[in-house]
Amino acid sequence: MAVKLPKKGGVFIQMEDEIASMASIIGASWTGARAMTATSGPGFSLMMENIGYAAMTETPCVVVNIQRGGPSTGQPTMGAQGDMMQCRFGSHGDYSVIALCPASVQEMYELTAKAFNLADKYRVPVFLMADEVVGHMREKIIIPDSVEQVPRKALVKGTLPFKADSDLIPGFPQFGKSYGVHVTGLTHDERGYPCATNPKLHESLVMRLVDKIESARREMADFDILNPDAELVFIAYGAPVRTVQQIMHDHPHDNIGFLRIRTVWPFPEYALGEFKNARHFLVPEMNLGQIAREIERHTKVSVTSLPKLGGELHTPAELLAAREAYR
Amino acid sequence: MSFEDWYRQDRLPHIYCAGCGNGTVVNCTLAAVEQMAWKKEDTVFVSGIGCSSRAPGYIVTDSLHTTHGRAIAFATGVKLANPDLHVVVFTGDGDLAAIGGNHFIHACRRNIDLTVVCMNNQIYGMTGGQGSPTTPLGCLSSTTPYGCAETPFDLCDLAIAAGANYVSRWTSYHVKELEKAVLAGLQTPGFSFIEALVQCPTAFGRRNKFKQVADHVEYLRSHSMLKAKHDRLLEQGEPVPTDMFIVGELMRRNRPALGVKP
Repeated sequence: MAVKLPKKGGVFIQMEDEIASMASIIGASWTGARAMTATSGPGFSLMMENIGYAAMTETPCVVVNIQRGGPSTGQPTMGAQGDMMQCRFGSHGDYSVIALCPASVQEMYELTAKAFNLADKYRVPVFLMADEVVGHMREKIIIPDSVEQVPRKALVKGTLPFKADSDLIPGFPQFGKSYGVHVTGLTHDERGYPCATNPKLHESLVMRLVDKIESARREMADFDILNPDAELVFIAYGAPVRTVQQIMHDHPHDNIGFLRIRTVWPFPEYALGEFKNARHFLVPEMNLGQIAREIERHTKVSVTSLPKLGGELHTPAELLAAREAYR
Repeated sequence: MSFEDWYRQDRLPHIYCAGCGNGTVVNCTLAAVEQMAWKKEDTVFVSGIGCSSRAPGYIVTDSLHTTHGRAIAFATGVKLANPDLHVVVFTGDGDLAAIGGNHFIHACRRNIDLTVVCMNNQIYGMTGGQGSPTTPLGCLSSTTPYGCAETPFDLCDLAIAAGANYVSRWTSYHVKELEKAVLAGLQTPGFSFIEALVQCPTAFGRRNKFKQVADHVEYLRSHSMLKAKHDRLLEQGEPVPTDMFIVGELMRRNRPALGVKP
C-alpha cells in the first residue's frame, strides 16, 4: 500500500502503533475517504478499543487481520484462525460487525473490494479475517477491468445525523460538507449529542447497531453449498477450505458435503438447513473450535470440531481420517 | 461575526464546574479561530476523553469526540485524508501526556499540521481527581494522598524535543496572551502546541489549599515567569526558582511539516 496508494491519489501513513492506525482510519473515513489498516494478532488486540468506537459511531472502515498463532506474540509467521471470536466480540459492550474469510489470493482481492462496499453500506467496521496461509500464498489472480463500488448513502440535509432510515442505517454526514455533525463514542441521541444516562435511549441505540447487521444477514451472506444431499458435511472458511477442496478433488465420487463460508459474521445459520440428510457436520478450523461452537447452537445435527493448532494447515489425510471415523 | 457564533447554542449549558478554567481556554481558542476567518464547514475540532475533551461538543463545526488519549491519532487521519480541513485538537494533561503520550510525541515528530490546545489542570478532573503526569511534586490527589512522589512532565519541553514547529505556554489568567498564542499556532504550518494551565476547583483546588477559585488563578499568575525573564536569569547565572511556570512563546521554527497542502 505504501508503494501503490500515493500513485493512485491515495494516502499512506505508518502510524506509531495499531491503536493509532485504527484511530487514523476512522478520522480519514469521516472525511469521506475509504480507509483501511492491516495487522496480525497482537496489533488486532490493540485495535479493539477503537473498533468499538467505529461500531458506536457507525464509521465505515476495513481491517485486515492475517491471523497467526496466539495468544500473545505466539507464532508470528504461522497460520491460525484464533481471532474469529475476538473480531466478533473483542471490544467491550454489545455490537455487531461483518467478517469475511478469503481462502485464495483471488478471494483476498475480491473480498477486500466487497469489504469496502459492505462497510460503506452498513456503516460498520468490516474485517477481512485471513490467515497466514492465505496471506503468504502465491497464486494466479485475475484482476477485472472494473470493480463495483457502492457509494455511501449521504445524509439528507435537514435530517438529524444519527436518525436511521427504514434500513436502520443513517445517512452519512461527511466532514467538510456543512453538516456540522458532532460524533462521539458516548451514547448519543439522533442529533449525535451525548445522552449517556438515558437507559431507554442507550438500549434503542445498541439494538439498532446490532439489528442493522443481524437483520441483513441473508443479504450479505456469501457461501457455497456442494453435495447438499450428503450425510457427512464439512464446514470450513479461510485456509482449511483448501484442504476440503483437495479431498473432494481426490474423491469425486464420495459425495462429501461441503459448506464453505466467506461471510462468517453475521453467521449464515440458515445455510446449515440446506443439508437435509446431514448426520454429521465436521468443522476443521485452525483454532479450538470457535465457529464449531457457533454452528452447534444453530443445529440439531451432531457437530464435530476438528481443531488444529501449531500453525500448519490440516492435511488431506487428517480430514479423510476424520471422515472415516464418522462414516 | 463574533467567536460566540461558533458555539452550539442548543448544547448549552456545558458540563464544566463553576470556576473551571476550561471555558476560558475554549473562548480564547474560538476568538483566535474567528480571526483566521476560517469557514465553519472547513474546520474540525477533535478531542479525546476528559473535561477538556467535551469542548468540541459545544462548537457548531464538524467535531470528533474520540477515545481516551487518541485524539491526535484520529486528527492525523482527518488531516491527511483532507488537507483542506483546518483541524484543532482540544486535550488535557491526562489525555495528552499519559494514555496519549505516544501519539503526542509522534505527532510532534511528524510535525503534522494540527493545532493542539491542552488544558492542563494538573489532575484527572472528570474521573475523581487522580494524579496525572503533570501533578506537581508533593501535590495531593485521590491517588497521591500523601503527596505526589513523581516528577511531572514539562509538556512544552516534550513537544519541543519531539519536533513541534510552534510551542507556547500560558495560563487561564493570561487570556489575551493565550488567544494570541493560539492564533500564532493556527497560523504556523506543522504541529502547534499551546499549553494552558487552568484551575480546577473541584478536583485540584480543594485538595491543594486553593479555597477560592481566585486564589488559584492568582497562584497561576504569580507563579508565571516570562520566558524572556527566565532566559535573562540563566544568562546572568542567577538561580531560576523551581516553582515557576515558564510562559510565553517557547518555540517557533520551520521544520518540514506533514499534511500541508503544497
